[in-house]
Amino acid sequence: MINSSLKTLSQMLANKEVSSVELTQTFLNRINTFNPEINAYIALDQDRTLAQAKAADVRIAAGNAEPLTGIPIAQKDIFCANGWKTTCGSKMLANFVAPYDAQVITKFDAAGAVNLGKTNMDEFAMGSSNETSYFGGVKNPWDFTRVPGGSSGGSAAAVAARLCAAASGTDTGGSIRQPASLCGLTGLKPTYGIVSRYGMIAFASSLDQAGPMAKSAEDCALMMNVMAGFDERDSTSLNREKEDYTRDLNKPLQGLRVGLPKEFFAEGLDANVGKVIEAAIAEYKKLGAEIVEISLPNTGLSIPVYYVLAPAEASSNLSRYDGVRYGHRAAEYTDLMDMYCKSRAEGFGAEVKRRILIGTYVLSAGYYDAYYLKAQQIRRLIAQDFEEAFKHCDVIMGPAAPSTAFKAGEKVDDPVAMYLQDIYTISTNLAGLPGMSVPAGFSTGDDGKALPVGLQIIGNYFDEARMLNVAHQYQQVTDWHTRMPDLPTPQGTK
Amino acid sequence: MEWEVVIGLETHTQLQTKTKIFSGASTAFGSEPNTQACEVSIALPGVLPVLNKEAVNCAIKFGLAVNAEITPRSVFARKNYFYPDLPKGYQISQYELPVVGKGAVTIQVPAVGKNAAYEKVVNITRAHLEEDAGKSVHGAVEGMSGIDLNRAGTPLLEIVTEPDMRSAAEAVAYAKKLHELVQWIGICDGNMQEGSFRCDVNVSVRPKGTEKLGTRREIKNLNSFKFMQQAIEFETRWQIETLEDGGTIQQATVLFNPDTGETRAMRSKEEANDYRYFPDPDLLPLEITEADKARVRALMPELPQAMKARFESEYGLTSYDAAALTASRDVANYFVATVSAGADAKPAANWVMGAISAKLNAEEKSITESPLSAEQLASLLKRIADNTISNNAAKQVFEAMWAGEGEADAIIEAKGLKQVSDTGAIEAIIDEVLAANAAMVEEFKAGKEKAFNALVGQAMKASKGKANPAQVNDMLKKKLGA
Repeated sequence: MINSSLKTLSQMLANKEVSSVELTQTFLNRINTFNPEINAYIALDQDRTLAQAKAADVRIAAGNAEPLTGIPIAQKDIFCANGWKTTCGSKMLANFVAPYDAQVITKFDAAGAVNLGKTNMDEFAMGSSNETSYFGGVKNPWDFTRVPGGSSGGSAAAVAARLCAAASGTDTGGSIRQPASLCGLTGLKPTYGIVSRYGMIAFASSLDQAGPMAKSAEDCALMMNVMAGFDERDSTSLNREKEDYTRDLNKPLQGLRVGLPKEFFAEGLDANVGKVIEAAIAEYKKLGAEIVEISLPNTGLSIPVYYVLAPAEASSNLSRYDGVRYGHRAAEYTDLMDMYCKSRAEGFGAEVKRRILIGTYVLSAGYYDAYYLKAQQIRRLIAQDFEEAFKHCDVIMGPAAPSTAFKAGEKVDDPVAMYLQDIYTISTNLAGLPGMSVPAGFSTGDDGKALPVGLQIIGNYFDEARMLNVAHQYQQVTDWHTRMPDLPTPQGTK
Repeated sequence: MEWEVVIGLETHTQLQTKTKIFSGASTAFGSEPNTQACEVSIALPGVLPVLNKEAVNCAIKFGLAVNAEITPRSVFARKNYFYPDLPKGYQISQYELPVVGKGAVTIQVPAVGKNAAYEKVVNITRAHLEEDAGKSVHGAVEGMSGIDLNRAGTPLLEIVTEPDMRSAAEAVAYAKKLHELVQWIGICDGNMQEGSFRCDVNVSVRPKGTEKLGTRREIKNLNSFKFMQQAIEFETRWQIETLEDGGTIQQATVLFNPDTGETRAMRSKEEANDYRYFPDPDLLPLEITEADKARVRALMPELPQAMKARFESEYGLTSYDAAALTASRDVANYFVATVSAGADAKPAANWVMGAISAKLNAEEKSITESPLSAEQLASLLKRIADNTISNNAAKQVFEAMWAGEGEADAIIEAKGLKQVSDTGAIEAIIDEVLAANAAMVEEFKAGKEKAFNALVGQAMKASKGKANPAQVNDMLKKKLGA
């Protein structure tokens, strides 16, 4: 049951083969068993969760269930959920209980989904290993000595370890796709503006976008049907007609033009990862796709541009955490300035401080033109690269991350090495394009551990249904996405 | 050396919208602290701003009223600084691309001493939309400062002028004109006590005849015209004295202390913040089309300048009277209503600016609070026009109506103030007066003009003031063969 698709679970619930309470309890039991080790969840409220499951069972019995009614979902701790502790992985918000619901939460609630708990994440979504979380790192279910990726590391580990049926994530520079790749699951970052950002704690407003993290493309499509949609409370939300993201899942791929950007297969890509991606491309050829060589010449600039723009926005977005109204306030201070300084010095971790400093610097008088404005110009060039590329292909494919999961602690002291984890994902955020990571196989490292590799699929604006179709067809002929890690039985349990 | 003061104003006008500029929280004044602070006002994690279209309409109205360029695509920017009553740690404002560009306002500078009144054009540099901050409350709780976020997010239009003004009188005339204009077009309630209309005044001095601007100091948050006048006058003297004593002016923000009548520096430029402005990624650029402008224009009232011109051409009023009547929209409305109810324009203008205005001033009332409606005034003026009562009697009727004693006709009747215009009756009175005052008649015939007036007076007295004075005059002249 824990490995079943959302569609199967939904049918089982409808057929009364299992109740939502039973299903939820199954996941809660697994959470109780494995979470102390994996640390995927940082807030649990089992009474509240089971109450939702009971309500879902009533709804199912009344015959007005929706596809996700009664399905237990994990929510990244970046989404405010009324009555839930909402920390964004930070000491700053360690005691913050949200008094309102994010739009994403509202939508899951309306669909009847059950909130299993809040998942761990890099502090304020700043990180690629989940190691910047104030609540400790998350273990990669495939190898507990390794990181799950980040920033949606808790959601990724929860899905991979089958501690939930599916999870929400957010992606500012790769925070859905890179952990999906490192944990062997399917994750989608939609076109910017498709999912409301209301109630999603902001990191970099012009880049942040929420999306599903699940076992398969079909599951992602069902999650998208709930998460997507216009919200008048988010001015950057796009007012488009509602669509059914499952509509094209079964279309054949004959004639699909797949663009391979040469910059994604150059220096910096782990050779074994490269082989897995090539094998996946070969599979697509068998499915009738034709391969087109393309170029995204400004790919190399995406990381420098991102590390100007994202910190600039973050430095401003995080100003509200000042210890005045909510959040961490230093116990002792001499005056207002001292209260600000101490509260923020104590409340934020090193990576968050680093980005606030960078962002403050690039927005300062005298530096703004050279950094922020320049970066905005290059951002447009990066978007133009994609515009040009999509004249020649329908989707773009490549690796989602340059390597498989790395060891915990390996990159914590080398921010640039950490930032390079997002080399293949960041440019789509800068362009506002949708991107996804799909399990494409395993790469065996020096220690003999087989670790998942993700194939990235980048689509044109609003092409999520086609991308899900492209991923789903691949998942019809491969079984990578059904593989689950063997979790070591924790000590002290039977 | 003769000095010249150079003044520019930045005015924060609070826009009359029901809800805040970026959220649905109420903007009503005077509620319990923090009861009008929704999740957006408090800046909870995850909240986002949504622009209130009504605030945009207010900005368009202002732009149209001062003949300004309205920016087709303006941009909201974040102004970053830390302050306890600024919940997000940044204020959403407009920086490089404001919603309203260059415009102009014509002001009437009143006569001062031997200087005659004159008109002047003050150029508007820009006007931009922004949100207000909350308020820090000191002393409510012993040893602590409180924060009231009811005002946080209230929409403001900041209106900036060129440094066009050359005296405190001009600055005050501009501020008064702007104050009236924003109320006229219905975008601001003008309540200075509640902070709906606050002025920052930039003052610098330079030797008269030179071009280069002196270093300016900015007097912050003036909330009365009297204080503005005092503050500018003090600041100007201070700057001139400082320079004449060999000192230099440092750019600074100063506060005016009404108790001492002095200005004092609050912070110098060195301590000024670097606000790190950048476009707010949570808001799309504000697009305003020609159609938007046309839609707002259709809702606009006739503007004071246009109304003044119309009063001159349509009613034959003097430029002075027309300007006085259009100094306030309520006064203009009252005047128009009086004329619409049948009064002649000129006497209506005289009564509105004269008797009514005097009464209102004495009782510290606005014209909307006048106990005498425009229709009632018109009914009184009609009785003067049709010779039912004399001007003198009208004053008595007016006092009675003001005191709430009833309608004009009833009061005329009750007080027996109806004027006698019956030729036979007047002739009889005059004959009596002439017979009884033979000596006066002789004096008049001997060439004493004054005697004629005395005879008129006698006739009026004999009629108990009710005789039509014009008729008395005419008939007396005829009888005396004058």
